[in-house]
Amino acid sequence: MMNIPLKRRTLLRAGALGLAGACLPSLLPAWARSGTQGLTAGASPLTGEDIHLHVGHSRFTVGGRSGHAVTLNGVLPAPLIRLREGQKVRLHVHNGLEEDTSIHWHGLILPFHMDGVPGISFPGIAPKSVFTYEFPVKQSGTYWYHSHSGLQEQQGHYGPLVIDPKDADPVHYDREHVIVLSDWTFLHPHKILEKVKQEGGYFNRQRQTVFGGLAGDDPEERMTPMERFAWGRMRMDPTDISDVTGSIYTYLINGHGPEENWTGLFRPGERVRLRFINASAMTIFNVRIPGLPLTIVQADGQNVKPVETDEFQISVAETYDVIVTPTEAQAHTIVAESIDRSGLTRATLAPRLGMEAPVPPLRPRPTLSMRDMGMGSMDHGSMDHSGHGASSPVKIGVGVDMVAAMPVDRTADRPLGLENEPHRVLTYHQLTPLTPFADMRPPTRRIDIHLTGNMERFMWSFDGQKLNEGLEPIRLARNERVRVRLINNSMMNHPIHIHGHFFELVTGMPGGNPVKHTVNVMPGGTASFDLTADAPGDWAFHCHLLYHMHAGMMNVVKIRPLDDIAAASPSPEDHSGHGAHAPPAAEAHGAHHGHHAMTGDDA
Amino acid sequence: MSRLGLLAAACALAVLAAPARAQEANPHAGHDMGQLPTSPESMDHGQMQHGAHAGHQMMPAPMSPAEASQPPLAPPPPEAFTGPENAADIVWNPKLMARVRKTELIDMHGRFRGSKLMVDRLEYRGQDGRDGYLWDAEGWIGGDYDKLWIKTEGEGAFEEALESAEVQALWSHAISPWFDVQAGVRYDIRPRPKGSDAGRAHAILGLQGLAPYWLEVDAALFLSGKGDLTARIEAEHDMCLTNSLILQPRAEVDLAAQNVAETGTGSGLSSFEAGLRLRYEFIPEFAPYIGIEYARLFGNTRDYARAEGEDTGGWSFLVGVRTWF
Repeated sequence: MMNIPLKRRTLLRAGALGLAGACLPSLLPAWARSGTQGLTAGASPLTGEDIHLHVGHSRFTVGGRSGHAVTLNGVLPAPLIRLREGQKVRLHVHNGLEEDTSIHWHGLILPFHMDGVPGISFPGIAPKSVFTYEFPVKQSGTYWYHSHSGLQEQQGHYGPLVIDPKDADPVHYDREHVIVLSDWTFLHPHKILEKVKQEGGYFNRQRQTVFGGLAGDDPEERMTPMERFAWGRMRMDPTDISDVTGSIYTYLINGHGPEENWTGLFRPGERVRLRFINASAMTIFNVRIPGLPLTIVQADGQNVKPVETDEFQISVAETYDVIVTPTEAQAHTIVAESIDRSGLTRATLAPRLGMEAPVPPLRPRPTLSMRDMGMGSMDHGSMDHSGHGASSPVKIGVGVDMVAAMPVDRTADRPLGLENEPHRVLTYHQLTPLTPFADMRPPTRRIDIHLTGNMERFMWSFDGQKLNEGLEPIRLARNERVRVRLINNSMMNHPIHIHGHFFELVTGMPGGNPVKHTVNVMPGGTASFDLTADAPGDWAFHCHLLYHMHAGMMNVVKIRPLDDIAAASPSPEDHSGHGAHAPPAAEAHGAHHGHHAMTGDDA
Repeated sequence: MSRLGLLAAACALAVLAAPARAQEANPHAGHDMGQLPTSPESMDHGQMQHGAHAGHQMMPAPMSPAEASQPPLAPPPPEAFTGPENAADIVWNPKLMARVRKTELIDMHGRFRGSKLMVDRLEYRGQDGRDGYLWDAEGWIGGDYDKLWIKTEGEGAFEEALESAEVQALWSHAISPWFDVQAGVRYDIRPRPKGSDAGRAHAILGLQGLAPYWLEVDAALFLSGKGDLTARIEAEHDMCLTNSLILQPRAEVDLAAQNVAETGTGSGLSSFEAGLRLRYEFIPEFAPYIGIEYARLFGNTRDYARAEGEDTGGWSFLVGVRTWF
């Protein structure tokens, strides 16, 4: 008798929180629930030509604590969207928030006005309105989607998107699991930004200590006094690896913390495909499954020639598809460790729910080297005094605390902190495309883009200018083939992402250059990519570390001339009088019927 | 070398250096690149690095293919400048787009407004026969480049009148990665000039920021309404004993260009303080501390103090709290 009103109250409260279409009691979609058989059984991805997504507030619980989240369809991560190459899709996004929202389809090739970046591709989705994205699905692979409005992504507004190939999948597998990595915090994202602006290294609780070097256990602490002096003179902290750390983050796999231990099932002998997506706001992960070799078959949704390794680093916004073949009826731990080793999360692959494998402890945190300071070529004893620093157009200033004196291409390097691991570690140079990139033309010109920042002031920018300071857009001619050279003048990794395109990351390896949408540029290093500017329009180009982007490390790529979208559109009208962001050209674009109901006054 | 010669050499080398695509035919292209006379990349710097070639050949890891054969830096072709400036304007309402571009794009990516209030020292000071207290707080509000700072500090002995107290209001402008220049006014609540009800006002010009070796520095010049020039330099450094237990040496020097009898300040070095505070950060924002401090007055300042029967220096034992938010 007593239980009934309690239960009712719980449900009412849940209802009041706006959990439209929520899977109570769990805040997790079926595929992300623990003990899942994988995507072939028991999962309920969103499929078909019409998909509805409701953005709203939810409460999210992890580690016995619960907090406010911004979710889609009431779940975190957002629902898995599963599409097929060649289909058309209409994604109806209902904004139940009191603020604008948006969804960017990360890595998808689509018309620029469907890309979902407020102020670049479209006006955003106003509160209590519906926006319909419509585009043909032209590709296959593992992708994801997330808000591009404010800092909503940090609050849970992200989810996986898998597209099956039109023809037979070149990757053979018996079972698959989507593995969404993310970083959850109970701290409000605006508070996070305020803290790092107030105190540059605020979230770093692994600073070097005065007597740390004497302890001697940790090789990373054995820095000579002279080296420490050198870092101090530069006012740089060799332990400043991540801006936001495990001090406030709970790292999640499919919405589960390490205690909740998400478990995916397999039968021994099966080829299991794991679709890793790093949907974090700020966290680069080192991923390994002790005891199982990992065969990388796809990167950023693009198939690569299978390459076997033991550990890979996945930068923010990257995806890696991995095949594992567990042969024994035993559990295996998927370990995802943050790059600064301030925390880890784990999940389990097991034949039965409830089985567990040992969780390895966090390894000693890495420290930065002179190579990370952009003095890379000094390692070679070269006396080349033409250092890039000397001729760099970027100058030290308020927003630029460092110009790499001799940045070197680091795409062949092992990722930061994994240099000395005794096992195999994936590098970009090991990635080669399964099918060569379509455009074989050599690039005709080069664009140098300097990644710049000030760690103490937490200012981040391109070429020393934040977007709000009138940064000149990157202008490309349609179908032009350019080489973009990213020069990292900071001690931080920056995952650089361009919207609406794939690029060839120039490794120069005999197997060809891997095709990606996001490249992690290592500290003090460079990475170059060749881009075919085949998608006219305006596209976002930014560091995918959320607070770096928010602090100014963002630009717009403008590709001209535009095609005939203009001809198809009637002349725009003024809709500034009301809240909903109505397209003036709703009739011309089958995409936007959703708006009629909401605005009612379209001409 | 003449500019023309350089240009010719650059052209020749641009032809020599194969584009990345061509290298793929040769799996060892990357290694060969190291032996090329030089690369177009280095030509961009307008320097012929004859000395560097040998270095390249000796490199254990040759220059990467991407770095070895870069196409030239060049501006966008003319067609890149055609069409509307903002592509979305042809699809969506341009007025709405203009508004959203400002609020959701430009202001969302780099614009920052924030604030901080820091009580750096709020302490009980145990001195020989004369216990007292001290506060030192500052706050700012503003953006990355410009901020309004308010600073206040003061001290006194228990059961006596407030000994000294001041408030500063400063406009702060970032001038380098580490330093802000600050200008504003200081108002002394105490000590008041003799025979006056009003406080004393100063114009301030200062520099605040982070010096090499993680030294927090605040240096300021003060020009009083009567034309007296004084200066104050403060420096502190945080040493992590652990990530929560922090030892902070701190020093302060006061200087004056002339005697100011009204405030008991003598010309030259007037006072010096050196302290050592050990704080425990329960959270970074809240840290109680204990410490010691040695203070000394010099020259005429000391004489003024003696004449007034005041202390001229000595050791203090400190218990306090540092907090910010």
